[in-house]
Amino acid sequence: MSTIIKLKNINKTYYNGAPLHVLKGIDLEINRGELVSIMGASGSGKSTLLNILGILDNYDTGEYHLNNELIKNLSETQAAHFRNKLIGFIFQSFNLISFKNAMENVALPLYYQKVSRKARNKIALEYLDKLGLKEWAHHMPNELSGGQKQRVAIARALISKPQIILADEPTGALDSKTSAEVLEVLKKVNATGMTMIIVTHESGVANMTNKIIRLKDGIIEKIEDNSEHNISAFGIQNIK
Amino acid sequence: MFDLDRWNEIFITISRNKVRSILTAFGVFWGIFMLVALLGGGNGLERSISKNFSELATNSCFLWSGRTSEAYKGFRKGRRWQINTHDIDVIKATVKGLDEISSMLMPWSAATDNVVRGEKKGTFSAQGNYANYDKIDKSTMMFGRYLNDMDIQEHRKVCMIGSRVYEVLFNRGEDPIGKDIRVDGVYYKVIGVGEGGDNMSFNGDKREMIIIPFTTMQKLYNVGDRVDAFFAMAKSGVAVSEVQEQIETILKTNHSIAPNDKQAINSFNLEEIFKQIGYLFLGVNVLAWIVGFGTLFAGIIGVSNIMMVTVRERTQEIGIRRALGAKPSTIMTQIMSESFTITAIAGFLGISFGVLVLQMFDLAISDDGGATSVFQISFFTAIAAALIIIILGTLAGLGPAFRAMKIKPIEALSEE
Ligand SMILES: Nc1ncnc2c1ncn2[C@@H]1O[C@H](COP(=O)(O)OP(=O)(O)O)[C@@H](O)[C@H]1O
Ligand SMILES: [Mg+2]
Repeated sequence: MSTIIKLKNINKTYYNGAPLHVLKGIDLEINRGELVSIMGASGSGKSTLLNILGILDNYDTGEYHLNNELIKNLSETQAAHFRNKLIGFIFQSFNLISFKNAMENVALPLYYQKVSRKARNKIALEYLDKLGLKEWAHHMPNELSGGQKQRVAIARALISKPQIILADEPTGALDSKTSAEVLEVLKKVNATGMTMIIVTHESGVANMTNKIIRLKDGIIEKIEDNSEHNISAFGIQNIK
Repeated sequence: MFDLDRWNEIFITISRNKVRSILTAFGVFWGIFMLVALLGGGNGLERSISKNFSELATNSCFLWSGRTSEAYKGFRKGRRWQINTHDIDVIKATVKGLDEISSMLMPWSAATDNVVRGEKKGTFSAQGNYANYDKIDKSTMMFGRYLNDMDIQEHRKVCMIGSRVYEVLFNRGEDPIGKDIRVDGVYYKVIGVGEGGDNMSFNGDKREMIIIPFTTMQKLYNVGDRVDAFFAMAKSGVAVSEVQEQIETILKTNHSIAPNDKQAINSFNLEEIFKQIGYLFLGVNVLAWIVGFGTLFAGIIGVSNIMMVTVRERTQEIGIRRALGAKPSTIMTQIMSESFTITAIAGFLGISFGVLVLQMFDLAISDDGGATSVFQISFFTAIAAALIIIILGTLAGLGPAFRAMKIKPIEALSEE
């Protein structure tokens, strides 16, 4: 199995006001195709870690290798390029663009790859179809339910064929039934070989992943192998 | 490069908040409209005033005698004196740079209905001119011709009348040439009718004037060697003031006037007046630019402000775009293009509207119903205005674009 993410002694301190040492020497390796969750109490540094993994934020010391590239001291332009090529994001609050319809939202990453409008809209429709949202392609985000919005966001994360999907509390804004549906979708995506890291503070969510990384006060408390439990709980089926 | 996709994005965002975009654009529209209107108005004023001078040789001066204001060589101050033909001869013989000199007689007449033709009569003043007067203050002829040298040499009893005189003494459309009219008791043959009206006059309205040969008037009005006033025209390349100074020195010497007497000689230097009118309109122009540019600038500040607000409102959207792979430069270009597009559209509409309004104004004031382009900006002014719009539109977007570029995706995405 090849390593896709390798963190070596990552430290991060926030300096707005009193210095806040949030990540205290994180060492972590994640293999290609893994489904991993990061668990921890609120304020333990989960989002901070995920933002560093997503090249949305810088770290202070240590080394971060993504897909065998050292991600360190990147310019904003390089960071944008890597995000666009390598990473798909899913957020708690969906972060869809309110004045674009579902299809246009999904197509947006391809706009930044200079794919023509016609071509990218066509691809976006295919992804929406896979996620069962074909009929909703031309609806605006405010016409969609929470679960639908998150599925649009998942389609958007997938469209650029990233190396990893990073999801920060993807079910945090959803009721339990919808949460289960969204998680099911994420599992199916993972089953296609997509590496996926899900940040959550809900053990129910973490339980559905193969590996649980427990974060406490900026330190990895322990890493649990959850694959046995997981597989028995849910049957895996390809979404292709 | 024309990127249809990018322009599509720009138009979507601009049209998202139509009222605001339109109000913002209106500031720029109004600014450029004001600039164009003020410049056109200034031009129009300048053109209509200079039209009145157009047939006047501007390299000339007009002189007549006044009262002395200094006692000199035994003469008291306040003395009246008289220019005479001898002065004119000396001036002709000695003044350097003098091209033409044209003496004039302007006898004063108190009689009413001094001009008669059969049953028709009117009150008009007669003036004695030389033929070369026409070189300095060109008359536009309705009929016939101006005085010529033969009229002068032979002391002919001929006259050139103004258009009003013609209207009073003749029937509409009647050919006046060769007809006799009686002026102050003497019969003259009409040789021409001048339009008058446009040009500046020094001795009353030229439309109401009867011009007879200087020499004829000298004899018939019994004025001796007196000259009431004269025009002097400088050779090209010579300043009028230089010629005028020499002339005044001669007059002062001939008539025992103190060299420092400022009031003994009255004068009118057309070159100076023209220069001053030129300065006046330069001033009007500068003012138009300042006011117009100020208004436009306020409009641009408005665009910049609104773009700032827009960027703040769009923080989350921009954050999402950045997370999905938009480069800072892409975001910057997008915001700049938006501000530029609003400014450019509003600006060009403003120029067009300004030109249209000026054109309509022209149509309204022109006598014959055809547009005259009196109140209009030049092509280059329009180009300059367009350039200003492009530059200011770009500048207006700069601040907001930098702000947008500085937006960090995490900060934007964590905002709820
Ligand atoms: N941009 C920031 N500036 C300062 N402090 C921050 C910032 N982001 C997060 N923090 C602080 O860092 C700690 C960890 O935050 P976060 O990674 O969001 O935790 P979690 O996602 O596990 O709830 C918290 O105490 C939070 O207040
Ligand atoms: Mg968090």
